[in-house]
Amino acid sequence: MVKFTEQERDIVRAVWEKVDVDEVGPEALIRVLITYPWTERYFGIFGDLFSISAVSTNAKLAEHGKVVLRSLGRAVEDMDNIKNAYAELSRLHCEKIHVDPDNFRLLADCITITIACKLKSTFNSNVQATWQKFLTAVVEAMTSQYN
Amino acid sequence: MSLTDNDIATIKAIWPKIAKVANEIGPDSLARMLRIYPQTKIYFSHWSDLSIDSTKVKEHGVVIMKGLSLAVEKINDMTNGLQDLSQKHAFQMRVDPGNFKLLSQCIHVVLAKRFKAEYTPEVHLAMDKFLSKVALALAEKYR
Repeated sequence: MVKFTEQERDIVRAVWEKVDVDEVGPEALIRVLITYPWTERYFGIFGDLFSISAVSTNAKLAEHGKVVLRSLGRAVEDMDNIKNAYAELSRLHCEKIHVDPDNFRLLADCITITIACKLKSTFNSNVQATWQKFLTAVVEAMTSQYN
Repeated sequence: MSLTDNDIATIKAIWPKIAKVANEIGPDSLARMLRIYPQTKIYFSHWSDLSIDSTKVKEHGVVIMKGLSLAVEKINDMTNGLQDLSQKHAFQMRVDPGNFKLLSQCIHVVLAKRFKAEYTPEVHLAMDKFLSKVALALAEKYR
C-alpha cells in the first residue's frame, strides 16, 4: 500500500484545491483523445470524435471529463484507501469497457499537463513529484482488478 | 505515426520561443525527470548533485535542448540527422529507450507551465509526436 507523509498529503490537497474540475476535466480528456487518438474507441457512444475540432467541441465528452476528474477527488479525500476506493471502477473498466490499462497512465499524464497549464501558483518539481506519486497510486488502483 | 506537414509547421512555429528559454526549459525538465522517476538517476550517478541547482544538471539540460534543436533542424530526416546522438545513447550511455518518454513527459509539463494557454492540445499533440520521433531516432542504433 502506498504511504503518504503529512507533507505529501498537504501538497496533493493544495494542488486539488486549485483545480477547477469543470475546466480541467474536459481539457484533460480532450488532450487524451487528441494526443492518443486510439483512445477514441472507448467513447464511440458520444458521437463524432473523428477530428480535432469534433473532439474539442463534443459536449458529451466534455461532460464525461468532469465525471472522470470528480472521481479523482475521491482519492484526494481518502489517500490511505485509494485501492479500495477504485476497486469497483477498476472492475468496470476491465470487464465492461475493456480499457487497455496503459491508457490510465496516459490520462494521468494529460491531467498533469493540463494542471501545469492552468495552475497559477508554482508547480515545481517537488510538487510535481508528489502529484505524480499520488496519480501513480490511482493508476495502480485502476489496474488492480484486471488480473 | 509520422509527422504531418501541420505537425512540422506547429513545431517550427513554437520552437524559436522554446529556444529563447532553452536554458530554463532544459535544466528544469532534466531535474524533474531525476526527481520524479528516480530510476533515471542511474545514468547520472557520477554527479554528486542531481538537483535543479546543480551546475551539471544545468549544463546538461542545455545540451539536451541543443540536441532537440538539432532534431528540429533535421526534422525531415531525424534517423540520419541524429546518428551520432544515437550512437552515444546506445553504445556509450546505454540508456534504456523506455526512459525517453519519461523525459518527454517532463518536457511537456515544463512547456505547459511556461506557455500556459498557448500549449493547446494541438501543440501538445505535435510536440508529443515530435518527441516520440526523436526517441525513435535515438534508439535507431540500439540493435
